[in-house]
Amino acid sequence: MEKFTKITSSAVPLPIEDIDTDQIIPARFLKATTREGFGDNLFIDWRQQSDGTPKQDFVLNNPVYSGKILVAGKNFGCGSSREHAAWAIYDYGFRVVVSSFFADIFKGNALNNGLLPVQVSEDFLDKIFKAIEKDPDTTFEVDLVNQQFTISATGDQTSFEISAYKKDCLINGFDDIDYLLSLREEVEAYELKRAN
Amino acid sequence: MTLFDKIWDAHVVKELPGGMQVFYIDRHLIHEVTSPQAFAGLRKRGIPLLKPEQTIATADHNVPTKNQNLPIKEELSRFQVDQLTKNCEEFGVELYGLGHPNQGIVHVIGPELGITQPGMTMVCGDSHTSTHGAFGSIAFGIGTSQVEQVFASQCILQTKPKKMRITVDGELAKGVLAKDIILYIISKLSVSGATGYFVEYAGSAIRSLSMEGRMTICNMSIEMGARGGLIAPDETTFNYIKGRDFAPKGEAFDKAVEYWKSLATDEDAVFDKEYHFEAADIQPMVTYGTNPGMGVGVAENIPSLEQVESPANFKKSLDYMGLSGKDSLQGQPIDYVFIGSCTNSRIEDLRIAADFIKGKQKAENVTVWVVPGSKQVEARAIEEGLDKVFEAAGFDFREPGCSACLGMNEDKVPAGKYCISTSNRNFEGRQGPGARTILASPLMAAAAAVAGKIVDVREQI
Repeated sequence: MEKFTKITSSAVPLPIEDIDTDQIIPARFLKATTREGFGDNLFIDWRQQSDGTPKQDFVLNNPVYSGKILVAGKNFGCGSSREHAAWAIYDYGFRVVVSSFFADIFKGNALNNGLLPVQVSEDFLDKIFKAIEKDPDTTFEVDLVNQQFTISATGDQTSFEISAYKKDCLINGFDDIDYLLSLREEVEAYELKRAN
Repeated sequence: MTLFDKIWDAHVVKELPGGMQVFYIDRHLIHEVTSPQAFAGLRKRGIPLLKPEQTIATADHNVPTKNQNLPIKEELSRFQVDQLTKNCEEFGVELYGLGHPNQGIVHVIGPELGITQPGMTMVCGDSHTSTHGAFGSIAFGIGTSQVEQVFASQCILQTKPKKMRITVDGELAKGVLAKDIILYIISKLSVSGATGYFVEYAGSAIRSLSMEGRMTICNMSIEMGARGGLIAPDETTFNYIKGRDFAPKGEAFDKAVEYWKSLATDEDAVFDKEYHFEAADIQPMVTYGTNPGMGVGVAENIPSLEQVESPANFKKSLDYMGLSGKDSLQGQPIDYVFIGSCTNSRIEDLRIAADFIKGKQKAENVTVWVVPGSKQVEARAIEEGLDKVFEAAGFDFREPGCSACLGMNEDKVPAGKYCISTSNRNFEGRQGPGARTILASPLMAAAAAVAGKIVDVREQI
């Protein structure tokens, strides 16, 4: 997993609520057996007509917006547990998703792939959308070490939550398996205890 | 302590500072779509799958529901299903692949084979793993990275969810099924109302349900954001499990029942949140929007723009459904009917549909797919002659798989067409790009198939 400490970038606004993982990556693209390449089909049915022509009004087709931060309405990532959703967002080039609320499974999947979910208040989310509306090139600073999210232009700042363990994993690029494998004896002891 | 606490706490191997826990998994179910990258991970690290005997595989998400005896036509699908076979061989996992008499939707075969038992922890790379909670187990969906973690260590890292209890008391009216209860609850709590929680369903209306009905309820827990839902085991549970392939036998069964009986919430236990509903308030439900929280009783009106919290999202949703400006769904013409999925494809669901349509015909312009949840359900349906009833009514009785619930195979609803579906999600494009899904019970679906439009089934029984 790629290390994550701090990112300063412009952002792409997607002010829609309850975005489910079927929108992020539709099931018909889940036939691949590797983790790569899902970015090509990120939000595909919002990006393209059925004949493949781009839907011009969708934000990912608007050259004005770019950056490593995706900002979305509340309850982002609900629905299917498909980790392909996190892979698609990451593969497309995003490293942070900001929302006022995340679905549980998506949040876990994102963290396991170096994609940082940043949960902010409704009010702060609104501030972010307004800042992008005012200037699409405006930048945001995501500081994982200090758990701070800042609107660069105004200096408006908010802190965000992350478990100490997951923060450590992201900063160092570790994944859970290395840790879990190191617990082999403790797991065996647990199994023995339960068997008796 | 709550039932949930009792099972959860018994599976914590180790606590980490800051709230994370190393959580032990008793049974791991896998399928072709969310496992290949996890197997690849093991190979890359050069490590074995730690507990093949606690792992069961089947092919369900991406399989055709016609001619399963022939090689899969679609190349990518065939490759993915073949990959599962190879992976299971290499890592020593028992596979119920296409053609095997135990094959079927992962959440149908677990209970039906007796793999799912009270007090267990179960995971699968599929959000509807919550289904297994109907047996008083803790079961939830995980991502592929976590599938790899379970392969490697039989554990995952979790923070313990909060606890919610939803009590439904009273008697259900005629024509109101388990599916209506859960669609009603989700319409009240919203699609994110239980995020961060694990739900225990209780009350006399829940208690009176069969195991099939309880599975339908727990199955859709994820649709209000909950990781899972569970129901305390009782005689209905024990009778269902008894005699099944993987169930304990003889004395071992009696001993197991003794333990299972201890799995209940203590009277003084405290939940973080509680809801109470009356069964009498529930009518047959239909959804009108593009998430499962957007549901109403069939005789009720669709909310208006003025009544909703997020008008912009609401409008987007109704425009997609082609229902903007409509008051009600009654009389709404439909093009497709799908009876199937891990929510409603068990023998009881097929019996309910068959019983209603006996002697009736489907409406002319409607295509009806009945997709049994497993080979065992299919065999049972044929044994009971349900296949003949479906055929006589013009319904297409197909072979088992997830099918049109998510449209990964060729069972897709065309763009702009309306499908009344017994599945669990009405998201945009879920049943095919541009498809419009109306979620309902198998009884409501059968009635719509005959009428060619949404009808209040209570007026027909």
